[in-house]
Amino acid sequence: MGRIDKSEKRFSAIIFLSGLFIVVLLLAIFTTLLIASVPAIKVFGIGFFTGKAWDPSVEQFGALPFLVGTLLTSFLALIISIPFSISISIFLGEYYKDGPISAFLRSAIEVLAGIPSVIYGLWGLFLLMPIMRTIQTQLGVTPYGVGIFTSSLILAIMIIPFSASIGREVVTLIPADLKEAAYSLGATRFEVIKNIIIPYARSGIIAGILLALGRAIGETMAVTMLIGNSNFLPKSLFSPANTMASVIANEFAEATGLVASSLIYIAMVLFLVTMLVNIIGTYVIKKIALEASKEVT
Amino acid sequence: MESSVLTVDNFCAYFGDNQILKNINLSTKNNVVTALMGPSGCGKTTLIRCVNRMHELIPGAKVSGNMHLRGDDIYSMEPIVLRRKIGMVFQKPNPFPMMSIYDNVIAGYKLNGIKMGRDEFDNIVEHSLRNAALWEEVKDSLHRKGTFLSGGQQQRLCIARALAMNPEILLLDEPTSALDPKSTAHIEELIVELKKNVTMLLVTHNIAQAARVSDFTAFIYLGELVEFGPTEKMFTVPKDKRTEEYLTGKFG
Amino acid sequence: MKEAIIERSVLEVNMTGNNAGWRLFKDMFFKGLIVLLAFISMLPLLLILYHITINGISVINWEFISQLPRPIGETGGGIYNSIIGSIMLIILSSVLSVPFGIAAGIYLSEKSYGKIAQAIQLSVVVLQGTPSIVIGIIAYLWVVAPFQSFSALSGGIALSIMMLPVIIKSTEETLKLIPYHLKEASLALGVPYYKTILKVILPTGLSGILTGILLSVARITGETAPLLFTAFGNQFMNYSILKPIDSLPYRIFYYAMSPYPEWHTFAWGASFILVVVVLSFNLIARGIAIKWKVQF
Repeated sequence: MGRIDKSEKRFSAIIFLSGLFIVVLLLAIFTTLLIASVPAIKVFGIGFFTGKAWDPSVEQFGALPFLVGTLLTSFLALIISIPFSISISIFLGEYYKDGPISAFLRSAIEVLAGIPSVIYGLWGLFLLMPIMRTIQTQLGVTPYGVGIFTSSLILAIMIIPFSASIGREVVTLIPADLKEAAYSLGATRFEVIKNIIIPYARSGIIAGILLALGRAIGETMAVTMLIGNSNFLPKSLFSPANTMASVIANEFAEATGLVASSLIYIAMVLFLVTMLVNIIGTYVIKKIALEASKEVT
Repeated sequence: MESSVLTVDNFCAYFGDNQILKNINLSTKNNVVTALMGPSGCGKTTLIRCVNRMHELIPGAKVSGNMHLRGDDIYSMEPIVLRRKIGMVFQKPNPFPMMSIYDNVIAGYKLNGIKMGRDEFDNIVEHSLRNAALWEEVKDSLHRKGTFLSGGQQQRLCIARALAMNPEILLLDEPTSALDPKSTAHIEELIVELKKNVTMLLVTHNIAQAARVSDFTAFIYLGELVEFGPTEKMFTVPKDKRTEEYLTGKFG
Repeated sequence: MKEAIIERSVLEVNMTGNNAGWRLFKDMFFKGLIVLLAFISMLPLLLILYHITINGISVINWEFISQLPRPIGETGGGIYNSIIGSIMLIILSSVLSVPFGIAAGIYLSEKSYGKIAQAIQLSVVVLQGTPSIVIGIIAYLWVVAPFQSFSALSGGIALSIMMLPVIIKSTEETLKLIPYHLKEASLALGVPYYKTILKVILPTGLSGILTGILLSVARITGETAPLLFTAFGNQFMNYSILKPIDSLPYRIFYYAMSPYPEWHTFAWGASFILVVVVLSFNLIARGIAIKWKVQF
């Protein structure tokens, strides 16, 4: 029987250690990033992120252009995608909850979410870019084709599935009796959606948007292929630029010394920002799910 | 002492600070059915789960006192060894969904790594299924999974699974609560049949069931053993007022 | 349908006031807007799939999948190295992540309320949201830098880190769904706890766990960023995990960003294969979830 005891203890130890391993892994990731950024932190400090120039020849590295690039592309993508993802949430959560149309749209969203980033980039490169070039020539702007706007567009398409599925879940969680009360007072469907569903689902929709933002900030390949790879501060929405993720993708492979350390510094900040956004978004969703399960009783 | 299968001495069970069982004393003989009856929450399920030490799997559970299975102290044995000597049938039928009917019956052997020849296992399967009055219905589909069976059939499969281990005592925790009346009647018939070869402890909240199938009855109320004796006597001339009130439906 | 009937009859009874017409119009307009926007969002998907098929399918032939890339200037050749490379990376990262992931998932399903369990769950959430390029850097610093060489191993490690959260979560959720009474039945037979988990609970949850593994494989098959400084790509065939290795997504990236039109067509071809593979994994995962679902 001692043999069984030993096996039990070994089993508990194995699963415990495997679980602990994940925490250790995460801490190790952060620590590695921190330590490898130290050379850059020592030289540039926090001012790293207000420095405008990224110039390897004089070893002067400022990350503002990439911060701006990330912020612009992510928020622009968010703004473009929000009407669509909210529409999908309402479409699937309220108007067409079941049936073939619903199934079709839901599958389409899953497929959209599953397409690899590099393929979005490829498609954007050969199909979106020429269109952008034409538009830019019409507008009298330099027809780069690539740049902030193009990458925001492709980013918007990529993040729609995320906020849409979360939004849909939240909309379906609304108790039916609340809606029935509104209908019995003579409200139209639109009024019920506007006055009951949206306010009730608001925090869930925001959480979905937050998680989509987290995805957009960290997105690399499609953006790298469509943003034009310029290390200068973008002057307009049509300028080529770089995001924090894309500059790493473009420059890290051959980087050494201070350049490498600066890029890792950027990676660390990227890590912290996405971590924050994801934690907040997940926490909000957990709270909502908890509230919803209480309502059932 | 030898004719007792199970003896319970001054047994108390706790769940955290709550005392669930207070000084229970009883014993059961060979080849009888002893019913544990009482209103919801009286502790009868806890008592039966203390016999095969399933109660202690819940965090915060404690016990004091003694229980002996054929003279062996239950609480000094290895729980795993003990449980292989005791069979248990649960309220909700729980055949293993990933196993065939055949494998379900000998699950106690297979999961514990006890190896036997194919012929031996065949024998055990047929024997146990016959004892559980299920053989005729499933003998041609032994290798199908058990989930297509009806509730009553699944419960008989669980009984067969318990019987296959040749237990010293069979514990039945409200085995018919989740079944329809027809299946309930089948199981009750089965219990009466099994009595010839198996000692059983039956928890039931159905007074009529206790009257129908058991030889001895223990009435438990608020964690105390109020009365214990031959079923017929207890149901006709109960000694304790509380027993009488329970039997006449004044509470519970 | 019942809801629609309720609302119309309710409207007919309760509609008063002069603005009833305007309100009904707003209602119809809104619905039309929602439907329109929802379907416009589908457009990019249809366009992407269309273009990949049109441009990619014509490139696929036996030579394409069995030959190595030729130097620029020469016609023909294929992406054999990328296909094998992707397969090797999938196997490598699965071998590294599946055991840890399932074990950690088992732990979380058993002890979901402890402090440590919460820390693990938080770590899983953070890990899942970590940008893939950051993971690539980590694998570089841990494996490539010390050994001074790009390698399939480092790529596999990066990808396995990305697979972990999905496997852990799906294992945890699958096992949590298994009712307690199944465990009880096994324990009452005298089966030790750990054997109950390994021989009863895990097999019962197999379909859910497999689904999780397949979904995470689908995810990493298409990942490029973590491979940029780890596996690094290799235009020659390489079967050793200690040397750089090619992969479908990497080749697509490399060819797409090049100035040569022949390489662009190859990128479409490779994309077609990649999309088919990724979608197949997703479909199979879903199929397993439905067909192998265990009834309790």
